[in-house]
Amino acid sequence: MTSHTDAIWQVLEEVKDPEIPVLSVVDLGIVREVKQLSPKAFEITITPTYSGCPAMDTIEKEIEALLREKGYECAIKTTLSPAWTTDWLSEKGRKALEDYGIAPPAESTSDKSFLTGEAKEVKCPLCKSTSTQLISQFGSTACKALYRCDDCLESFDYFKCI
Amino acid sequence: MSTEEALFQYLIRLGDNALILGQRLGEWCGHAHQLESDIALTNVALDQIGQARNLLTEAGRIEGKGRTEDDLAFFRSEMEFRNNLLVEQDNGDFAQTIARQYLFDVFQFHLLTELSRSSNEFLEAFAKKSLKEVSYHRKLSSDWMLRLGDGTEESHNRLQQAIDILWPYTAELFEMTEADKVLMELDMVPDLKLIEQKWQAEVPSHLEESRIRIPDTKGYMARGSRDGHHTEYLGYILAEMQALPRSMPEAKW
Ligand SMILES: [Zn+2]
Repeated sequence: MTSHTDAIWQVLEEVKDPEIPVLSVVDLGIVREVKQLSPKAFEITITPTYSGCPAMDTIEKEIEALLREKGYECAIKTTLSPAWTTDWLSEKGRKALEDYGIAPPAESTSDKSFLTGEAKEVKCPLCKSTSTQLISQFGSTACKALYRCDDCLESFDYFKCI
Repeated sequence: MSTEEALFQYLIRLGDNALILGQRLGEWCGHAHQLESDIALTNVALDQIGQARNLLTEAGRIEGKGRTEDDLAFFRSEMEFRNNLLVEQDNGDFAQTIARQYLFDVFQFHLLTELSRSSNEFLEAFAKKSLKEVSYHRKLSSDWMLRLGDGTEESHNRLQQAIDILWPYTAELFEMTEADKVLMELDMVPDLKLIEQKWQAEVPSHLEESRIRIPDTKGYMARGSRDGHHTEYLGYILAEMQALPRSMPEAKW
């Protein structure tokens, strides 16, 4: 049984966040559970990053299409609880974000300073300087804030902690 | 009143607040004074619409008549909406939009904090999720309150005018109905008097810090949304929001 769900997790690695194509839905931490219903049918539980995340519908359809293509059937369940947190980003995902030019979340949400919105130290993904400043709490998508590097002067996206 | 009926009414109230505020903020798309504000306001709009979808879907499920989120958003008329008068008020200028957002964000923040402890499984999950988003909204609007109120003479005057217009709509945020009483008995929702105390402990001092005075309304505070009585604005919002699905009810993406 385990090996079957393992195979599904591997397929899910191929489904990318449409807005951040270097992150798989597994890296992003939005796939919460894969349950085998019958030899070829699975139930996949996903949770949205933000309530209004417009990528969720696309992600759902892509998971369904890809699994069907590989000969599986699936039912997708969406859950709000427990609420998604940036702590669920995988190490591989964090690295991929930085290589892509998006600064990964700087701290764990168990540190409540994220509630004030000010991250302690955000590293520029281009020149790695930590001398950076917040330009806007809201960036190109719901999950990002806009920062500027004081050293290389480039502005960049920061994946904010929630 | 049955628990289901009380819950349906409560979910509709929260859902309509999120929906109408989201629709209002969406009107800013492409019109704000700088790109950062444009993006911030539409991001907040998106969060509110997402919350509205969760709430109205759950309301339809509790009601058990097969109504979907879309049925509830697009096929109810003005008097069936239960959003607070505050969120339907005109966008006005940027100061008025920020003032409306601030007054509502503080309310929403404390309400969601309490709902995070609800004995109702959906309300608890919904509140924990949405609180993360609303914390960022409250940060945005409270920062702008300071910046505008304690900014130039022009920005200060505009913010003062906005608070003068909006203040009378704040009291009915805390008005309770039979539904509140039924759900409070079951520890599903907080007493809105408690939310009012928290709101009062936060808003007046922040206004003072922003050099804004609270207007003397001579005892007049608007009410009506709990009974479906709205200001003139809601009809126009619904006309715009509902025109397409009403003229083509079978339309699909
Ligand atoms: Zn740099």
